[in-house]
Amino acid sequence: MPIIFSIVVALMLSIAPLPDWAEPFRPTWVLLTLIYWSMTLPNKFSVGSAWIVGLVLDVAQGTLLGQHALALSLVIYVTVKFHLQLRQFPVLQLSATVFALLALYQFILFWINGVAGVNSPSITYWGPVIAGAIIWPALNVAFAGVLQRARG
Amino acid sequence: MVAANSNNQFGTSFSPALGLRFLLLAGLSILLLVIDHRDNHLDTVRKAIGATVYPLRVLVDAPVSAWRWVNDTTTSRNDLRLENSRLKFERLLTQARLQRYSALEAENARLRVMLEARSLVRERVRVAEIMSVSSDPFRHVLVVDKGTRENVYDGQAVIDADGIVGQIIEAGVLSSQAMLISDPGHDLPVEVNRNGLRTIARGTGEFNHLDLPFLPNNADIEPGDLLVSSGRGGAFPAGYPVAVVESVTRIPQEPFASVTATPAAALNQIREVMLIWASEDEETDEEAAAEPDDSTAAETVTDLREGEADE
Repeated sequence: MPIIFSIVVALMLSIAPLPDWAEPFRPTWVLLTLIYWSMTLPNKFSVGSAWIVGLVLDVAQGTLLGQHALALSLVIYVTVKFHLQLRQFPVLQLSATVFALLALYQFILFWINGVAGVNSPSITYWGPVIAGAIIWPALNVAFAGVLQRARG
Repeated sequence: MVAANSNNQFGTSFSPALGLRFLLLAGLSILLLVIDHRDNHLDTVRKAIGATVYPLRVLVDAPVSAWRWVNDTTTSRNDLRLENSRLKFERLLTQARLQRYSALEAENARLRVMLEARSLVRERVRVAEIMSVSSDPFRHVLVVDKGTRENVYDGQAVIDADGIVGQIIEAGVLSSQAMLISDPGHDLPVEVNRNGLRTIARGTGEFNHLDLPFLPNNADIEPGDLLVSSGRGGAFPAGYPVAVVESVTRIPQEPFASVTATPAAALNQIREVMLIWASEDEETDEEAAAEPDDSTAAETVTDLREGEADE
């Protein structure tokens, strides 16, 4: 239940309006949330759920159907594959890993955009990667709290 | 910290078919991508998922609309009085202007009859509110709160008080997505109001710039020229202001001049937009109401273009 709730909140954050200057640095909330859950609860949350969330994200953002679904399920596949190692990482190292995962995600979207002929030219395209990695430690603490409360 | 979360209950044992499942889903995604990119067979799927996203949009919009509601209800009497007198004054002005306009319209109709041209399309307009804007900075897409229930259709023109804003790219049931003219993927046929020079205005991804990439160096165009929609593309009605030419740089060794324009509508500041339904005179108005589908609209647009060609 807290998983679904957090994903809904992340979806809302990803379509909420932001001022123009902040727009390039909007963290990819949905992906951050999915990484956390697939790392801690890989039995409950894995590539299938990520794919469905990706489809919803595609419709919400008006991108090609399947674009976010593909990118999300690939990143979540990598996360679940290495979830045991990831759990052992100290926060900073984990943040760096999340940075790499976000870059992978953004690169897949970029690549699909390129193939489909939608241009996304500027350097600010990579802003969410940095923003996401910076916000990760705080998010980590918050989710750990949510999880603890849910388990009682 | 993270390691603390892993206990035996959520251990390592999970299906070895993870890779297989991923490959399956990846294949499915690529299939979807290809189908969606080629043509619009997936509209129904999109609409179904879109219906689940709608409550999210409403939720996201709730604080904003609540704030506006509070603002509206707590306006002081004095403010209201001031606004009222200002509106009365404005109405007087507009009415005076309108009188002149209706005289002109009558004259125009008479002249057209004399030319045996068809009368101009009269447009039906409806106000729609913007629910959200695309979070992707390189896609200039708005979501408006009118959908196919209100006969919104794909390709419909969207304007605001100052000029053309964009067009509907995806009409959902309760809400629709509209692409702004500043989207890098948007091309709009325009003409220079001063001399009728036709060209294409292309979005740049910046709200306050349009590109006019196909004007030769010797084209008769100057900064300050008003660009209006030409109606040649079929999607937009003719004669609405689009942009004002900002700069013209003629480079002798290049085939085309580099011309930029500033959109007439403040694309990143709008709150309400208007949707246009093209419909001809009174008789066909009823027809359009009885059968409001794309073909009617497309027909009237073509009629308009014929009418223009007759001039």
